[in-house]
Amino acid sequence: MDFLTLLPDFSTMTSQVFIGLSRAMILFMVAVGLTVSIGVLRVINFANGTFYMLGAFTAWSIAMWVGGTAGFWVALLVAPLVVSVLGLVVEAGLLRRLYNRPRLLQLLLTYAVVLLFNDITKIIWGVDFKTIEVPLKGFVTLFSNVSLPSYNLILLASGPLVAFGLWFFTNHTMVGKITRATATDREMVDALGINSKKIFAIVFMLSCYLAGLGGALIAPTTNIVVGMGITILVNAVLVVVVGGLGNIWGTFLASIIFGVGESFGLLIAPRFAIVFPFAIATVLLILRPTGIMKSVW
Amino acid sequence: MLNVFSKLTKGQFFSFKLLIIGIVVLILLFAPSYLSRYYLYLVTLILVTVLFATSLNIPLGYGGLLVLHQATFYGVGAYAFAIFLKQGTLPILPASLIAPLIAAAFACFIGWICVRLRGLYFSFLTLAMGQLVWAIIYRWYNFTGGDDGIHAIPVPDFLRSGSSVFYTTLIVVLISLLLIYIIVKSPYGLTLQAVRDNPQRCESVGINIRNHRLIAFVMGGFFAGVAGVLFVLLERSVAPPMLFWTKSVEVLIMVLLGGMFTFLGPAFGAVVVIGMMTFFGIFTEYWLLFLGSIKILLLLFLPQGVLGYIEEMMAKSAKKIEKGEERGYAQG
Repeated sequence: MDFLTLLPDFSTMTSQVFIGLSRAMILFMVAVGLTVSIGVLRVINFANGTFYMLGAFTAWSIAMWVGGTAGFWVALLVAPLVVSVLGLVVEAGLLRRLYNRPRLLQLLLTYAVVLLFNDITKIIWGVDFKTIEVPLKGFVTLFSNVSLPSYNLILLASGPLVAFGLWFFTNHTMVGKITRATATDREMVDALGINSKKIFAIVFMLSCYLAGLGGALIAPTTNIVVGMGITILVNAVLVVVVGGLGNIWGTFLASIIFGVGESFGLLIAPRFAIVFPFAIATVLLILRPTGIMKSVW
Repeated sequence: MLNVFSKLTKGQFFSFKLLIIGIVVLILLFAPSYLSRYYLYLVTLILVTVLFATSLNIPLGYGGLLVLHQATFYGVGAYAFAIFLKQGTLPILPASLIAPLIAAAFACFIGWICVRLRGLYFSFLTLAMGQLVWAIIYRWYNFTGGDDGIHAIPVPDFLRSGSSVFYTTLIVVLISLLLIYIIVKSPYGLTLQAVRDNPQRCESVGINIRNHRLIAFVMGGFFAGVAGVLFVLLERSVAPPMLFWTKSVEVLIMVLLGGMFTFLGPAFGAVVVIGMMTFFGIFTEYWLLFLGSIKILLLLFLPQGVLGYIEEMMAKSAKKIEKGEERGYAQG
């Protein structure tokens, strides 16, 4: 048991796990948007990371405009909505033309949208990074000697809430049920007189909303920069594949594996922490190429 | 305007292509005498990228493998070469031969694992493993210089001037392109294309499709490594962004823009993309905005790529001419 002595003490480890988990929840928001658009629209939407970035920038603007600590809470409500409206524009303008195109073309066209919005963001917000003050200060004590920034509690709660909400939406609401039907057989849904175009637009807006929410939630804890969309995108794509394409719970599980994996990486070899998610993804994909849970494809 | 091509028969079109290539090579041969230092550098960079894009097209266009992370092998080739020169372990000539072989070895390992998977799962595993290589290089400060990269790489005196680097690059790229052309037109290359078009049938007539795909992947890795070596000669520095995932996507866009089912398509795409970058970069700092919009429009309306579109028009008219229809009619 020599190797256990190499590990730090229990309290550091636990708080690292919780910090990893809160990071995982943000990753989950972006990844779940991807997985929903893959599951229903059958489009791998690389622009999802961009909507995450736009969520953070919009949240910053709104928080500055309203001002004070209330500013952030208003931003948290409004920014994702703004992003989802923007998503509707992108869907109607571009994505709608892509649904039956070759996959490589879909990937590259959504990537071109990333480039476009990166520059638009630079034009609107400039190149300097932005920060939002953390709305909840202080620490909470979880166990005897494990403490965590209060704001992380909100992050921790948000992930399961979103996952549960999505599950409820797809399984227990009319629109959700129609969405699942559209994913299975679009023509049949059309034949029943339901406008599947509208359903696709709603699903895309939903995925943009979630990405925007992720961006708004992470905004107080990080520097808001133009490149943040691409950085999270690579991880989110891998999370989606590892979790099983289109599977919400698989994505949830994979996000947790990634987040906690990176935290343990920080403890074991801080310098190589960013290697861990990719190593985990590689190993899991070699063992289970179609993901740890059932893929819808 | 492009309808000019539709009046040519297949044989004429081929000689026309040869003529264009001949003219381009001839113009390039005298490039150092009329280009300023910056533009000579730019042309050399385009040549390197042409080879990089064409290397991706071996597995992608001819093998039908959606490789999402070709930049890994470009970067590994460049880093291997840079480390050999910086540490002085090998003289430049053996180093420039061994570096692409190291890239090919990486491709062999990654490919061996990945070709067992089908379709998109193959693509995503190349992405994961490529990012793994990037992350290790990004953080391994003692060996690769980490996020700073490696700078001031020593090269022999005869490779210090812009024109000697240009001629070395030109010769190596032309030879490599010729080799790739011979490979894809060889019986192996034709079988590879058959595997791309109908894997089930190929398997049933006894072709080992995994091996064919793996060989294509490894050759793509090798030539990407060659391009990486040339990049080091040009820049005398390497940095992690050259094997980050966005680099791979850039090259994918070049290949698709030019036309992935044509031999020269990727090369054409590389010229167009780098040309546009430079052109818009002169006028505005927001060149990505223009580049992004043009890419979207081109990909939407010419999904088979620019050269692919021209070839398609050609093939259509050739068919009509074979049927004995009048040439003028073929346009309609």
